[in-house]
Amino acid sequence: MAENQVSLEMHGISKSFPGVQALKEVDLILHRGEILGLVGENGAGKSTLMNILTGILHSDTGIITLKGKPVNIENPRQAQIMGISIIHQELSVLPNLTVGQNVFLGREPRLPIHFLVDWKNLYYLAKEHFKKLNLDIDPHILLSELSVAQRQMVEVARALSFKADIVVMDEPTSTLTEMEVKNLFSLIHTLKEQGISIVFISHRLEEIFRIVDRVIVLRDGVLVGSAPISQVDPKQLVMMMVGRELKEMFPKESLPQKEKVLSVKNLKRGKDLKGVSFDLHRGEILGLAGLVGSGRTFVARAIFGADPLEEGEIWIEGKKVQIRSPQEAISYGISFLPEDRKAQGLFLKLPLSSNIAITDMKELSFLGIIIFKKLQELASSFVNKLKIRTPSIFQIVRNLSGGTQQKVVLAKWLALKPKVLILDEPTVGIDVATKAEIHALMNGLAKEGVAILMISSELPEVLGVSDRILVMHEGLISGEFLRQDATQDKIMLCATGGANNG
Amino acid sequence: MAKEKTFNEFLRNSSAYLILLGLVVIFTTLTPRFLSLTNLINVFLQTSIVALLAIGQTFVMLTGGIDLSVGMVGICCGAIAAGFATGYGFGFTLGTYPALILGLLLGATLGGISGLLIVLGNFPPFVATLVMMAIAQGITLVFTQGRPIAGLPSSFIFWGSGSVGGIPMPVLLLVIGVVLAYFLLTCTSFGLYIYAIGGNKEMARLSGISARKVELGAYIISGLTAALGGLVLTGRLASAQPNVGEGLNLDSIAACVLGGTSLFGGKGNMLKTLVGALIMGALANGLNLIGVPSYPQLVIKGLVFIAAVTLYIVSSRKH
Repeated sequence: MAENQVSLEMHGISKSFPGVQALKEVDLILHRGEILGLVGENGAGKSTLMNILTGILHSDTGIITLKGKPVNIENPRQAQIMGISIIHQELSVLPNLTVGQNVFLGREPRLPIHFLVDWKNLYYLAKEHFKKLNLDIDPHILLSELSVAQRQMVEVARALSFKADIVVMDEPTSTLTEMEVKNLFSLIHTLKEQGISIVFISHRLEEIFRIVDRVIVLRDGVLVGSAPISQVDPKQLVMMMVGRELKEMFPKESLPQKEKVLSVKNLKRGKDLKGVSFDLHRGEILGLAGLVGSGRTFVARAIFGADPLEEGEIWIEGKKVQIRSPQEAISYGISFLPEDRKAQGLFLKLPLSSNIAITDMKELSFLGIIIFKKLQELASSFVNKLKIRTPSIFQIVRNLSGGTQQKVVLAKWLALKPKVLILDEPTVGIDVATKAEIHALMNGLAKEGVAILMISSELPEVLGVSDRILVMHEGLISGEFLRQDATQDKIMLCATGGANNG
Repeated sequence: MAKEKTFNEFLRNSSAYLILLGLVVIFTTLTPRFLSLTNLINVFLQTSIVALLAIGQTFVMLTGGIDLSVGMVGICCGAIAAGFATGYGFGFTLGTYPALILGLLLGATLGGISGLLIVLGNFPPFVATLVMMAIAQGITLVFTQGRPIAGLPSSFIFWGSGSVGGIPMPVLLLVIGVVLAYFLLTCTSFGLYIYAIGGNKEMARLSGISARKVELGAYIISGLTAALGGLVLTGRLASAQPNVGEGLNLDSIAACVLGGTSLFGGKGNMLKTLVGALIMGALANGLNLIGVPSYPQLVIKGLVFIAAVTLYIVSSRKH
């Protein structure tokens, strides 16, 4: 049967970087029409392996065979010609061009006068291409008008327009909500039926179990397991990835108190917020679920003074306050970890110590002059407390791994000893072990009395960590559940607006 | 491979020093006069005006901006201060020190206006400072009628031509300026915020930093050091010359870039900017010593620039 045809074989792939052996003798076999899950912690070598496959990096040793023929993949362009496409975690589409222009960028169909683009044909081809993929997107509109999920679909469409028969997806779901994930998965199934093979990289185990046929596990650059998905359970998979058993993915021990720390009433701001009210109690972890674009992040930004409000009240510990800037929010004891840590959370060119200290310079300086001893003590204490893995507190943050960076962002905000901690997608793109550490840390903070508002698109995380869950839909709170009453289905119903309509 | 990486890092971090060293070695072999104490002081003296302007330019470039007005602002402040000191144009004299202080204040004000256009008006720095360059030049020309203002009191001229303990005043002022700026950038929260803003402005705001105030501060400092440079230049020439500012803008930017300051902000430091300025000074001085005429000097200057930037880019390349 066609299913058993080997489409790609990577054999004995090794790669070392200065000071690290990133891959050691890794083998990978991909069959025609197969969805292969590639899992492992951050730094396990997944990206390196895929970068070798797509010609971005070259392996030190090893052979790659495509449909039985050994090949030498020199660069990404060549990989595309051979039918290998990759969809990177960070979207690489251009927002100021139209959808159609993005799909055919660099390969625009030409008119007989060769330097003129045949726009009519381009949009026609784009439409036809989308039809094949069951995508309902108008190729004429600007990419900037699309949602993140739709942009991702365009990126997938672009990858496939190279007549790819192998598509690598590097954490394609990290910015998507359940609904959008469903759409992506149905697209993946369409591709599978057309005989296209897919390598699917994700930190969300639940998705791995939903979509892939077979899974391979990397740990510290070594292939530690390969099995049909039906023959493993999540516990075994985590054990393979981490090398030990993780007791509980979402340990839960905090007990919220009655005292209200933060109340918001009728927050309004254009289409994004249409009147949001809720209370947050001392020691509580309040989960905020909803689709991307439902207004979750705007709630956080409004409370933090990052965007101006049109209407609404914010009360801190029973006192009505005006928050017009992040500075004022900080002075009221509010900390906010934004969603995109690279763009909004970290100063990548600055050392770890400055990153942690920067929100707290008033404490760490005298007449504007930095007291370096205090600054270093603060940084060291957080490195120990949060078990931040770094060679030194002076390490430039750009050079740290994703999980470690997220801990640095946390440290930066915890240094302020906040009363209210707002976390926007705190564990996106972070490996299971670090994720568990961050969840444990959140529990610890809640126990100390910190009130936490956690925005997350990952329902198992929302259900596992929160004491109480709010769901948003189109700028309004559409549902509220206590921990014990919440289920994925109930939350999804509210998130998609189903609960209101009927 | 590990060795290669550290070597690259070394190259990247010290390319400015290496180029300066290279120039010194080359010129010393070509003419023994180059390394004499008198000549070295000369190099510093020739560098001092551009280097003074480059101090403020570094602050601005670290925030991710650029200040195209430093040369004209400097000349403008020099002319106005000369007016106050000599009575030209105003019809009354204030004495040297009030004139110098007013000159510095004028520089800070002009820099501050550029800064306000940028932080409140959301003007791109390129545009705001281009506008300021035109305005400053206009003020200078209107005030001086395009002619030099001579007859400066000797106390004014002292700041450009005098010396203390054998060290020329411009060099002394430069050293003090660089030390102060270095201290500001490395030891104060203002300095840390300057780097933070250059790394990512929105994030700096989300971190509770008053990004606008800090950015405004950078342009005020730039105006201030531009004025200082202009006053020193006026003192050196013993007259305010309305038409000497043309090359100063780009030379100050070139000094920063040769010193490794990123045009995108967030990277660079004060000592390296000084080294960058010294590279240009040493080059001009050395070429003069070995008798290269001034027109070919421009071409050689351009070539050294290409070499310096290439060295930096090659050593920053990722594998």
